Amino acid sequence: MDKTMILVPGRTTKQGVGLIDSKFKKDYREATTTVEINVEDMARLGLEDGCKVKLRSADGVVTVKCTGRRTEDLPPGLMFIAYGPPTSKLMGKDTAASGMPLSKHLEVELKRVS
Amino acid sequence: MMRVAEKAKSEGNIKIVEDATCTFCGCLCDDMVLTVDVDAKKITKAKNACVLGKALFLNYEEEDRPFALIGGKEATTAEAVEEAAQILANARFPIIYGMSDTTCETQRKAVGLMDMLGGTIDSTTSVCHGPTGMALQGVGESTATLGEIKNRADLVIYWGGNPAESLPRHFARYAVTAKGMYTPNRKKDRTIVNIDVRHTKSVPVADIFIQVKPGADFELLWALRALVKNRHVDPNIEKKTGVSMKTMKDLVERMKNCRYGVLFFGMGLTMTRGRHFNSAAILSLGSDLNEYTHFIATPMRGHGNVTGADTVVAWQTGYPFGVNFSRGYPKFNPGEFTATDMFVRGDADAGLILASDPGSNFTQAAVDHMKKIPMIVLDPKYTHTAKLARVAFTTAHYGINVPGTAYRSDGVPIELRTCLDSKYPSDEEVITAIYRRVEQLLIAKKRSKGANNKRQKAA
Ligand code: SF4
Repeated sequence: MDKTMILVPGRTTKQGVGLIDSKFKKDYREATTTVEINVEDMARLGLEDGCKVKLRSADGVVTVKCTGRRTEDLPPGLMFIAYGPPTSKLMGKDTAASGMPLSKHLEVELKRVS
Repeated sequence: MMRVAEKAKSEGNIKIVEDATCTFCGCLCDDMVLTVDVDAKKITKAKNACVLGKALFLNYEEEDRPFALIGGKEATTAEAVEEAAQILANARFPIIYGMSDTTCETQRKAVGLMDMLGGTIDSTTSVCHGPTGMALQGVGESTATLGEIKNRADLVIYWGGNPAESLPRHFARYAVTAKGMYTPNRKKDRTIVNIDVRHTKSVPVADIFIQVKPGADFELLWALRALVKNRHVDPNIEKKTGVSMKTMKDLVERMKNCRYGVLFFGMGLTMTRGRHFNSAAILSLGSDLNEYTHFIATPMRGHGNVTGADTVVAWQTGYPFGVNFSRGYPKFNPGEFTATDMFVRGDADAGLILASDPGSNFTQAAVDHMKKIPMIVLDPKYTHTAKLARVAFTTAHYGINVPGTAYRSDGVPIELRTCLDSKYPSDEEVITAIYRRVEQLLIAKKRSKGANNKRQKAA
């Protein structure tokens, strides 16, 4: 089942610590390849913690692991992921004459892969 | 290179360096007390550092890497300087990008290099607070140092940012639990508001959390501006923003009636729909409020010396980022002379990346173009960009091995104290060497062009 959601990438402590150590190591990779999804959305889409989902934006597609967040923390329809190579792949390339590609409010299609 | 007097005590192989500066984020905390094992070349303690600062200092080790790589093969720094200079001198539309994790002294040399080459210079600002840099040229800003904010602010509003995870000591050093001259009771003397699309780790310190719908920041900001000016606001705005009229009116009353207010805003505003319009709206809201009280609106900056990059490029060229010299004078045009656009469109035919990793954090289309052109990278670490570069220099760490100046996110310059030596050259030394060699190559090119012209005329 496909679902269009809004993905908000951002900084996290784990991602920050990971990038200081090395972007090629497991901690950084794990921190940047886990997407947080509202628990109600997860239930509706038949997703469980740890399962893999494909996120597709107009500019790219990545496969990441998912984890649930309570509605008080993350409203339905919204997902969060730490900045990293996967978010760069999904980011837009048009900067609308500003130099800044849209990087925080990405419309993505979500599909379970495992 | 400017040297700052070392404030260090030594006992055997252990050295204590006081008032060192952490360069990981824009807080640029200059109260680090570092314990250094000189023989092991390790920092064993970093007193006062947050979790990110600790990771920066305690994980520091001088990696045993080649001084440089050319086409993936080991080379000396001198050989790499020659290769880099040849690439740049022969390029028609080169770009320097990055600069937010190096000293102001290096940034200044980098501007000189691009000025000489007639190329483009851009910093990571273009993909962080670039929209704010555009907005403040249009609407101005009401600003202050973080010291003044610490001492005076009794209403602190965080909008679209998560300092708990990106600027971890922002609360304790400057704006929430810091003890100020007129805020002696710390958090008790301040009201903290957080506005965001999600409940971040910064929300628990706030007295008030306002959850705005994604992509509706501009509408909320504009409605608040109208309410501040006692104008009518259509109640339907609630549906668009997800924020009730009651909440908006309460916030407006707090803003108008505080003694000293501050709006700290993050990339939740600049990286989303609206970009520079969002920044202009929040800067304008801050200015509007000065009719009633004292109010500040200021961006929260991420990288250690990204503010230095804006400042240096601005005092050298008149503009903060996205500057091109091909006409012989600086031209500012975001969208044309900004790194993402130059790489995505395929305009740049050579790139020098200074202390940044666009190979990992740029959009795929930009990375695809970087793979096609000769790239030069200066970085203490092996990065995704170094992997795709023609020339990769290993350089020393600023703030650990290299002294110099960095600008805190409020524009206050901080001198960096070093604690360990490095066998690798500094960014400044490499850029200076490239500059000198490019200068020779350009003079030689000019001379041979002149000689050719003479020959053609004589024939
Ligand atoms: S807040 Fe920033 S500058 Fe201060 S110690 Fe932490 S990472 Fe370093």
